[in-house]
Amino acid sequence: MGGREANVVLLDENGIRSDGRKVNETRKVTIKAGVLKNASGSAYIEFGGNKILAGVFGPRDVHPKHMSNPDTGILRVRYHMEPFSVGERKKPAPSRREIEISKVIKEALEPAVMLEKFPRTAVDVFLEVLQADGGTRCAALDAASVALADAGIPMRDLVCACASGKAADALILDVNNEEDQAGQADMPIGYMPNLGKITLLQLDGVLTADEYKKCIELGLEGCKQVYEIQKNALREKYFSSGDKD
Amino acid sequence: MSESQFVLPGDVIVTGDYRPEQNVMLDGNRLMSTAVGFSEIEDNLVTVTPLTGLYTPKTDDLVIGKIVSHNALSWEVDINSYYPGILTAFDIFGKDYSASRDDLSLKLNTCDVILARIANVGSRDPLLTIIGENLGKIDSGELVKISPTKIPRLLGKHKSMIQSIEESTNVTITVGQNGFIILKCDDSAGLQKAIASIKMIGMTHDDATLEEKVQNILDGNN
Repeated sequence: MGGREANVVLLDENGIRSDGRKVNETRKVTIKAGVLKNASGSAYIEFGGNKILAGVFGPRDVHPKHMSNPDTGILRVRYHMEPFSVGERKKPAPSRREIEISKVIKEALEPAVMLEKFPRTAVDVFLEVLQADGGTRCAALDAASVALADAGIPMRDLVCACASGKAADALILDVNNEEDQAGQADMPIGYMPNLGKITLLQLDGVLTADEYKKCIELGLEGCKQVYEIQKNALREKYFSSGDKD
Repeated sequence: MSESQFVLPGDVIVTGDYRPEQNVMLDGNRLMSTAVGFSEIEDNLVTVTPLTGLYTPKTDDLVIGKIVSHNALSWEVDINSYYPGILTAFDIFGKDYSASRDDLSLKLNTCDVILARIANVGSRDPLLTIIGENLGKIDSGELVKISPTKIPRLLGKHKSMIQSIEESTNVTITVGQNGFIILKCDDSAGLQKAIASIKMIGMTHDDATLEEKVQNILDGNN
């Protein structure tokens, strides 16, 4: 999969990447829980250059009614990119890509949320990408998970996500936009750290079997780092004094 | 070992031979929290008191609800829960209720506030009843909403907190387990103080200095 932008140096001779990171380093992540008043739960994440808002409603009545399930609740996720989130104006209507990511995030959250406790209801998750910089699906999933916990919806575990990949023949953690465009592989991973289960795994690119294994291990390391930040965000909201921990 | 601990969904509270109670899940021999809250271990029961979320209906709880709508047979009541409360017409009109003769909106209309008891929580929406002492429509008072997870703290140990607020402000306070609270008082200054202290309890997350803070509000402007 050759590089499309040959002029970008993805990895220099000292093992430093185009944005100054080492190969096993994530971008700076900050999460804030409970930023929206009108949603049941909310979170704001800055994942490098990504800025994403997540709002959660519910469990609440399902409309249209025929979508409701008498045995369990349903989860609905809308991932949406703002027209100003990318360099050239994006049309606000949901694109193929956004519909796919909505589905993927929904399926990554479903194992964690205890929907069976709320039959005939829906939990709605809205994800608005204010600024995109590669790896939005992971960042959106991180924010969605914190927002769900903030809404008080019973969850088996938090879901944390981080991508790993391959660029300039080296395995890298947390693929940014340039590395995604010009790199060789991108693998977003969603992970439930306490249950040790992977809920999201995609791979765009080509990896050998050995690289694939290493890539997952690297990605899980990144997930665990993000998990600590997610925990701190919730702690900060509910325990700013921190005296009970 | 009953020390309370701050937990998040997925956090392992304890491992071993314990029984999971409210908001706790068993995974092998690990007991994990499913909510943001405080964990507590008593004997071999593990519970987590949540800090966020809507009201979970329990049979025999007293709740304050707001009428949302009605159909021929029942009222739908907002009880700050995942499901609407249902108050049947038979509860008010008695057994000889007839949909063609009686008009539900004459008794309770949209936006009326009622004090009710949860009669039954089954697989369907929670059933309310207003048969009982002091239950029924609330005609006057101030409605304050706080998170239902803060109700135990508002009441305090053996209702000590709510009693101290009532005594120092002369306000009659009716607390619904679902987070809706009705305050009645002729003295507006006392009412304001009571509302301020209840709202403060609803906003505060750490509880170490809560009593002091409430006392400050109650003592202020005296």
